[in-house]
Amino acid sequence: MKNCEYQQIDARALGTPASSFQPCTEMKVPRLRRKWEVFPGKNRFYCDGRIILARQSGILPLTLGLIVVTSVLFFAFDCPFLVTHLTVCIPVIGGVLFLFVVISLLQTSLTDPGILPRALPDEAADIEKQIYTSGSSMYRPPPRTKEILINQQVVKLKYCFTCKMFRPPRTSHCSLCDNCVERFDHHCPWVGNCVGKRNYRFFYSFIVSLSFHTSFIFGCVVTHLTLRTYEVILLHQKESPARYPFHIICFFSIWSVLGLSGFHTYLVASNLTTNEDIKGSWSSKRGAEDSGNPYTYNSIFINCCATLCGPMPPSLIDRRGFLPPDDIPPVAAADLELSSFLAKNDTNMVGMPSSGHTS
Amino acid sequence: MLEYWRNRWGGWNTSGETEFHNLQELRHSASLATKVFIQRDYSEGTVCRFQTKFPSELDSRIERTLLEDTVKTLNTYYAEAEKMGGQSYMEGCLACATAYIIFLCMETHYEKVLKKISGYIQEQNEKIYAPRGLLLTDPIERGMRVMEVSVFEDRGSSGSSLSSSATSGGSAQR
Repeated sequence: MKNCEYQQIDARALGTPASSFQPCTEMKVPRLRRKWEVFPGKNRFYCDGRIILARQSGILPLTLGLIVVTSVLFFAFDCPFLVTHLTVCIPVIGGVLFLFVVISLLQTSLTDPGILPRALPDEAADIEKQIYTSGSSMYRPPPRTKEILINQQVVKLKYCFTCKMFRPPRTSHCSLCDNCVERFDHHCPWVGNCVGKRNYRFFYSFIVSLSFHTSFIFGCVVTHLTLRTYEVILLHQKESPARYPFHIICFFSIWSVLGLSGFHTYLVASNLTTNEDIKGSWSSKRGAEDSGNPYTYNSIFINCCATLCGPMPPSLIDRRGFLPPDDIPPVAAADLELSSFLAKNDTNMVGMPSSGHTS
Repeated sequence: MLEYWRNRWGGWNTSGETEFHNLQELRHSASLATKVFIQRDYSEGTVCRFQTKFPSELDSRIERTLLEDTVKTLNTYYAEAEKMGGQSYMEGCLACATAYIIFLCMETHYEKVLKKISGYIQEQNEKIYAPRGLLLTDPIERGMRVMEVSVFEDRGSSGSSLSSSATSGGSAQR
């Protein structure tokens, strides 16, 4: 009787009780999910995990908008004049720089900055065990730092309570993205993403090319104005002052971008991150002789090459990998049980009249 | 060509799926007893190196030299991947000149070495670790933080008492 009730529920759920085993297992097996769908950090994913963005895209649309509008105005108003008066190379150079800027910006925003995946439960438990057996568990919470030697210099590794692991050196947890990022530089709202190990070179090429682009545009605009002024004075032509506010915006933005490029050039040359520079981790103010930067190669050229031209590390979060099918075996086992029940009940149904007959 | 694009955009877990099959095969005849983690060695900076110190929990399961050789070989592979030499500089400069678009089309040197590493780990698992009831997990699947060694208790063994924890197994040997 219990079997009969079970069969009725199954018939309604599955719809075709007399069908073979294959379709039942196919209907019950859940779609394999990709790892980006269960990613714990505050990131957004597009194109089935191929593109990654921070949750707060910040003012990335504004950045893109400013760059595009400025460049379009430049091409529309200044280029025709300068092509006729100077050379046709000007829009070509402007176009190449504009493309470089936009591509670098998009790569900085849409690339995984070097996110460290969170520790799995087994690993976290192993680390906790090591902390508590190291004898420092008298006070709660225990001091969760670990000191290691890097190039004969003591470096403290902090324990990340969110990611449940000791952060590797130069790694920091970004509260906006809720991820630990390797070689964390800073979270840039203009770009809408963290700047870390994997996208620092894109960020650097973005700000350097943007400096060149804005300087180039400003130079062309000044040339244009100068030539126009001569024409107005000498040829008594009409002047159009409508574009002056745009030139003033350009002028002020140049200095901030140039300043940022200069600052990051200094950081690259000394193999520092913004985070370390702001915190003064390796400054000589501490007084100790050996509190220098343990990561520097003591050569500006090698530091630059290492940061900008070094090997490109892979993304560690494997957004498009499939989750291990841990929940499939129990479901498959239930399917086998269901199908065996169905088989039994079919024979029962067939056999019932005959058993009725015999009884 | 299609295969290249599928591998390029499909993530690096293609060999990981094979590992899951191996793991499931092991699970049919064995149950997971414990996991031992080999941590990273940061004494030379942020380059990827794993500690060659032998974990005491594996004393009874595998010879010291075998595991140390595996770890040392992996360390040389990672050093090769992160080596800053002529090839990586050329790759970097070429990428910079093309606004890094070639990273979308080309497999980097690092990725090539990672494929070699996963092949090596699979081979080591088949030859050395699976017969001893152990399984090495590729560090890339753990974010390059640890090398996970899964220790299995062999349910299908002929009554010789491999106890559930490796430490008591070790003490039994003594």
